[in-house]
Amino acid sequence: MNEKPEKLIDKKGLRLDGRKADELRPLKLEVGVLANADGSAYIEHGKNKILAAVFGPKEMHPKHLSLPDRMVIRCRYHMAPFSVQERKSPAPSRREVELSKVIRESLEASLFVELYPRTGIDVFIEVLQADGGTRCASITAASLAIADAGIPMRDLVVACAAGKVDDTVVLDLFDVEDKLGAADVPVALMPNLNAVTLLQMDGILTPEEFEKAVSMAMEGCKQIYVMQKEALKTKYMAIKEEVEEE
Amino acid sequence: MSSLVTRVKLKQIEQLVAKGKRLDGRGILDYRELKIEQGVIEKAEGSARVLLGKTEVLVGIKVETGTPFPDTPNEGVQTVNAELVPLASPSFEPGPPDENSIELARIVDRGIRESKAIDTAKLCIEPGKKVFVVFIDVYVLNHDGNLIDASALAAVAALLNTKMPNYEVEDGEVKIKSGYTPLPLKSHPITVTLGKINGSLIVDPWLEEEQVMDSRISMAINDEGNICAIQKGGSGYFAPQQILEAKNIAMEKATELRKKLGW
Repeated sequence: MNEKPEKLIDKKGLRLDGRKADELRPLKLEVGVLANADGSAYIEHGKNKILAAVFGPKEMHPKHLSLPDRMVIRCRYHMAPFSVQERKSPAPSRREVELSKVIRESLEASLFVELYPRTGIDVFIEVLQADGGTRCASITAASLAIADAGIPMRDLVVACAAGKVDDTVVLDLFDVEDKLGAADVPVALMPNLNAVTLLQMDGILTPEEFEKAVSMAMEGCKQIYVMQKEALKTKYMAIKEEVEEE
Repeated sequence: MSSLVTRVKLKQIEQLVAKGKRLDGRGILDYRELKIEQGVIEKAEGSARVLLGKTEVLVGIKVETGTPFPDTPNEGVQTVNAELVPLASPSFEPGPPDENSIELARIVDRGIRESKAIDTAKLCIEPGKKVFVVFIDVYVLNHDGNLIDASALAAVAALLNTKMPNYEVEDGEVKIKSGYTPLPLKSHPITVTLGKINGSLIVDPWLEEEQVMDSRISMAINDEGNICAIQKGGSGYFAPQQILEAKNIAMEKATELRKKLGW
């Protein structure tokens, strides 16, 4: 388990999990998976398994946090203790606090906050299993959950990372590549507006590699976007069929 | 954030920025005046105070012995903490670090860590057992905007000023000897933050601009002119073209600062 592979990309240009450089991991998206939430979604992105739930818009509690001219968004990204190799303490880590903030900001750009003064929505994200790229998968799922809650949006937000592994720029890094690779660039996008709502990077990239990574991540986002819309439609197709049967 | 005053000001700032001007008279790509003073705290192994306009940040560095992380037994440890001290701004409150101070600390940390600024391999005393731990503590003393760049500059300035205690190992015991050696550094990352106001990019946003800008982007650039960390913040968005524009501006400003500082 702790053995470090010598090469992350083989001679044929295939990665440790058999993918090509610009290939996504398999994705599964499901909408409306939690009964008590106003909106919810589940994503399996490679081995990542993540649940997102949205409550609201509702009156803001505590009241002093409400804003007279807009909605307040609260977001909690949290990893289950059993989601990683070594048990993670359930107390929020500094990483989780930062990710909660950047995920919230990436979703906020898609919402018409001024339409819901004095209210708040809560976005809860639980990472049940993590395998690299959880912030991106969380954003993709959380945005679906917001749509499922019936909250008007400018566009769905979809996220995907690109990075550098050995000397190659690759799409959608999984855990091992993330840890041993040279760089990781998560990007969140509203594809219809061509607007980037999250951009982070760690590792070292030349300006050219950075440009390539960003455009590769955006291409990945666009592929996931199609599946995201499909997942929303699937839920409402099922409801329509139920109604027609009655 | 959305008080009436800032909305009136937003309009004023927007109109000015559209003309390539700013409320404080700077050009849109200009930094405020930068002053760095090193070695201001004698009891710390390293320290620096940075003044960026009226923004003031003090970084103190303590070097102590500790245990390495299990996955990097031969490397020293770097930790960054940021305190938004209540005396620095009426908007800072005492208490445990909030998301803003955690984000600030993690941005500073990433710039230093990812550029491999500290030569952690040279901080190993006994593999797997004992290494030097470098504590980088960011203390914001006056908040007038762009804490990220001021803190990142102060952190590197303090690292440049840091001396490590000499030591020898005797029967598995680490003995601190007299005298010091400079902390081994491999890179001097410079972080450049740009704010986006109504579609225009501005360098080094100050407090009033921060209150009206919808998003920011910070890029850390290493000695070779490569990018080693990025953080977008704020609830707005960037067009892909703006990201590339921001990258070019950040690289240019980093080169300029590097020249000026002699890093």
